[in-house]
Amino acid sequence: MIEELRSLLGPEHVLTEPEDVVPYGFDGAAALKQRPAAVVFPADTGEVAGIVKLCRERRVPVVSRGSGTGLSGGSVPVAGGVVLCLQRMKRILAIDRRNLTMEVEAGVITQDIFAAADEAGLFYPPDPGSMKISTIGGNVAENSGGLRGLKYGVTRDYVMGMEVVLADGSTCWLGNKCVKDVAGYNLRDLFIGSEGTLGIVTRVLLKLLPKPAARQTLLATFEAMDTAAATVSAIIASPIIPCTLEFLDRRTIRCVEEFAKVGLPGDAEALLLVETDGHPAAVADEAARIEQLAREHGATTVARAADAEEAARLATARRSAFSALARIRPTTILEDVTVPRSELAGMIRFIEEVAARHQLEIATFGHFGDGNLHPTILTDERNAAEMHRVELALEEIFAQTMKLGGTITGEHGVGLAKKQALREQFDEASYRLLGMIKRTLDPDGLLNPGKIIEPVES
Amino acid sequence: MHCGMCLPDCPTYNETGRERNSPRGRIALMRGIADGELEASREFAGEMSYCLGCLACTSACPAGVDYAHLLESARAEVEDRGLLDTPWRRAVRAVTIHGLFLRPRLLRAAGRMLRLWQASGMQSASRRLGLVRLLPRPLREAEPLTPEIQARFSDERIEEITPARGGRRHRVLLLTGCVQDLVFSDVNQATAEVLAENGCEVVTPRTQDCCGSLHAHNGEIEAAKRLARRQLDAIDPESYDAIISNAGGCGSHLRHYDRLLAEEPQYRERAAAWSRRLRDIHEWLVEIGFRAPLDPAAAVRRVTYHESCHLCHGQGVSRQPRELLGALPGVELVESADATTCCGSAGIYNLTQPETATRLQQRKVGHLLDSGAEVIATANPGCHLQIGNGLREAGRQPRVVHPVVLLAEAYRRERERAPE
Ligand SMILES: Cc1cc2nc3c(=O)[nH]c(=O)nc-3n(C[C@H](O)[C@H](O)[C@H](O)COP(=O)(O)OP(=O)(O)OC[C@H]3O[C@@H](n4cnc5c(N)ncnc54)[C@H](O)[C@@H]3O)c2cc1C
Repeated sequence: MIEELRSLLGPEHVLTEPEDVVPYGFDGAAALKQRPAAVVFPADTGEVAGIVKLCRERRVPVVSRGSGTGLSGGSVPVAGGVVLCLQRMKRILAIDRRNLTMEVEAGVITQDIFAAADEAGLFYPPDPGSMKISTIGGNVAENSGGLRGLKYGVTRDYVMGMEVVLADGSTCWLGNKCVKDVAGYNLRDLFIGSEGTLGIVTRVLLKLLPKPAARQTLLATFEAMDTAAATVSAIIASPIIPCTLEFLDRRTIRCVEEFAKVGLPGDAEALLLVETDGHPAAVADEAARIEQLAREHGATTVARAADAEEAARLATARRSAFSALARIRPTTILEDVTVPRSELAGMIRFIEEVAARHQLEIATFGHFGDGNLHPTILTDERNAAEMHRVELALEEIFAQTMKLGGTITGEHGVGLAKKQALREQFDEASYRLLGMIKRTLDPDGLLNPGKIIEPVES
Repeated sequence: MHCGMCLPDCPTYNETGRERNSPRGRIALMRGIADGELEASREFAGEMSYCLGCLACTSACPAGVDYAHLLESARAEVEDRGLLDTPWRRAVRAVTIHGLFLRPRLLRAAGRMLRLWQASGMQSASRRLGLVRLLPRPLREAEPLTPEIQARFSDERIEEITPARGGRRHRVLLLTGCVQDLVFSDVNQATAEVLAENGCEVVTPRTQDCCGSLHAHNGEIEAAKRLARRQLDAIDPESYDAIISNAGGCGSHLRHYDRLLAEEPQYRERAAAWSRRLRDIHEWLVEIGFRAPLDPAAAVRRVTYHESCHLCHGQGVSRQPRELLGALPGVELVESADATTCCGSAGIYNLTQPETATRLQQRKVGHLLDSGAEVIATANPGCHLQIGNGLREAGRQPRVVHPVVLLAEAYRRERERAPE
C-alpha cells in the first residue's frame, strides 16, 4: 500500500517515519492525538482520487487535513490510517471580475484568498481567527465563521460551487457561477460543514463582494459584562448590523494585551470591538450612533481607531484571543456554544456561576453579534480532579445552551470533541438522519470515520 | 497549546511545508520523546539542528511558548546522547566550542594569525592558485566565508575607561564579544564613542570571555554555564547602570543569565542583577534619550534596516534601531520586505546547513536590493557577514554597517565641522 502510494505521488510526498508523522497526530484542539500510518500530499484532484481508490481497496481510513488548526479534533488521524493533506494544492486558479467569483484549490490559505481579492479591488469577507494559516478546504469543511460574520455571514454564504472526491474515488462538481440555482437537491450545502466525513473538497468556487468604501473601528470598555451585553442588544435592536461585534472579558483582555501590546485597558471588565463598513456617509452615521448607544448603556470609554492600520492591529489582536489565553494555564479547553442573541446576557451570567460553583477559571470571548461565545476553561490536563470538574461544568453549559434554544457549536464543528453533546442536542429522528446520510455517501465508513457520529458498523 | 499560529512565520516550514520542520512539529517531537512515545533518534537530532533558532515563532506566538528554552534543552539532549556524533564533527567542536571560544586569549591569537595570513596576501594567493582545493570538503566550502579580520582588536582601539563627554550621567560596561572583537572591532569602538557622547562613562575590560551564546544555542549548556560564571566572577553588575551588548545574538543569551544560573545559589542573585542591567545598545540609547546629531549639509542616503533575529525576536528590540537610524541627518529610512525574516546566518547555521542557509541568504539579499537602499544597517556580526557575502556574490556593493557606526560617524562629522 505504501509502495503504491509512493509510485502514485512520488516518494517525497509520502511520509511514514515516526518523526515525520507524529507532528500530524493532532490539530488545534487540546488533548486529542493519534498516530497515522502515513501522511500523503497529493498535487491535484487526480491524485486525491487515486489515493481514495487505493485506500478503499485496502479498507484504510482517510482523514483529510488542511493546516490542522481545527478546534474539535476534526483532522486528528485514525490510528493506522492515512492523513491526506491538501497543503500542496494551493493555486488560485481564476478571478472572474465579471461574475465576482474566484476559483481556488482546497489548500489555499484563507489570508491569501482575502489578499488576492483585495488586490483585484474585491472583498472576500469570511475571516476566521486562524486565517493566516487555515486552508479554504478546512474552512468549507467546518463552515467557519469569523469576525465579520454578523453582517457578512459565514463560509457557506460564499461557496458557489465545489469539486469533491467521493468515497468511491469518483469526482463531482457541485454548483456554478449562477446567483440562482435550484436544480436538484442542494448537494453543495451537504458537503459544507461535513468535516471531511462525506467527501474530500479539492476545488472551491467562491463568491466575492465589492470592497466597502469605508470602515470605522470602535473600541468600547465596560465595568460589567451585563452592560456590554445590553449595549449589543441595543445596537442590534436599533437596528444596526455592524460588520463586527466582538466581545472580550477581563482575563482575555489581559492575555491579548500581554501578547499584542495594542493598548487594551487592563482594568476593564469587558470590551467590545465594533466595526462598521460601507458607504462613507453610512459608516459615519452608524459609528456615531453606536458610540452614543454604548455611552447610554454604561460604557466607560469609547475610542475610535485612528486609521486602517490601527484597526487592523486591533482585529489581529482579537484573532489571537484563544491562543493568548494559554498564557495562564497549560491546558485551554475552548467551547463554542451559541445562543439566540436575546439570551446572551443570561448565558454569560450562567457561565460565571458555573465557574464559581466548580472552582474553575473560565475566560469568555466571542463573536457577540452572532450570539457565539467561546467560554474557555483554563486548566491543567494532568490534574484529574480538576478535569472532572471541567467535565461537569461543560455538561451544565451544554444543558443550559439547549435550554435557551442554542447549539453546542457555532463554528468549530463536532469532530471528536463534541460527539456526545451532539447526540444530546439532536432528537432521535434527526440523529438517525445523520447516520443515514453518512452510510449512503460513505458505505465503508472510510472518510474521517468516528468524527461527528460514531463509526458506521459494517 | 498547538494552534499553529507560528507556522506562517517559520522559515524552515515555509521551505518544506512539513509540520516536523515547524515549531509546532518540533515541539510535538520533543513532547513525544518526553512522553516515551518516540525515541531520541538521529532523525530527531537532525531536525533540531535544521531549526534556525531564529525565534520568529516566539514573536508570532500568542501563547508565549518559550521555544528558545525548549530548543536549547533539546539540543543539549542531542549532545548528551551523542546523537550526531562523528569524528569530524567532534574535532570541529573540540577546536571551536570547546577550544577557541572558551579561551579568549587563544581566540585572539588565532585571529592574529588569520590577520597575518590575510594581510600578507597569502589568502588571496592560495585562492588564486586553487590551493584551497586541497582542503577537506567541509573546510573548503567554508573557506570563502572566512571573515576579514580587523587590523586592530577592541582593546587596541578602546581605552579601558572612556570618559563621558559633557558630564557623566551613567556608568556602563561594554561587552566586546568574540567575533565582534576580531571582525568588527570598529563597531565596538563606535559603541564606546556614542555612549560617551551621551553622557556614559564606558568601562571596557581588556580581556573578555565569550558570553556562551554559541554554546547554549548549540547544546553545550554546561560550557555556557561555565562561561556565565566566569563573566560574573570578573564583572560586578551592581557597579554599572547598564551592561551593554551590541551584537543581537550575544545579547539574547546574555539577558538570560538569570535563568541559566537560577539553580546555583552562589550565582543566582548576581545573575539576576546582571540580567536586569543588560541592554542592547539601541535599547539603551533610546532609554536615556540619545542626542540626535546635527548636520544640515548631510547628503541624502536611503538606508534599510535588516533585523537580526535574536535582536527582534529574541530580545524584542525592533523599534529602537529604527528610531536611531531615523534620527541620523540625511537618512531616508526605507523598509525592505520580510525585514524580520532570517538571513540564514543563524549562528553557525551557514556552516551546518549550507543549502538552506544559502537559499535564505539569496532571498534576503534580493529583498534588500529591491528596497533600493544604498546602505544596509544591521546589528549582529553573523547577519553582517552573511549579507555582505551574499551581496558580493550578487555582484552588488551597498554598504553593510551597524547602526551605531553610522551614529558615531555622524557625531564625528559634527565635531569636525564645529571644533570645540
Ligand atoms: C487561533 C485560532 C483561531 C480560530 N478562529 C476561528 C474562527 O474565528 N472561526 C472559526 O470558525 N474557526 C476558527 N478556528 C478554527 C479553525 O481554524 C477552522 O475550523 C479552520 O477552518 C480549519 O482549517 P484547517 O485548514 O486548519 O483545517 P483542519 O484543522 O486541517 O481540518 C478541519 C476539518 O476539516 C476537514 N478538512 C480539511 N480540509 C478538507 C478538505 N479539503 N476536504 C474535506 N475535509 C477537509 C478535516 O478532516 C477536519 O475535519 C480557529 C482556530 C485557531 C487555532
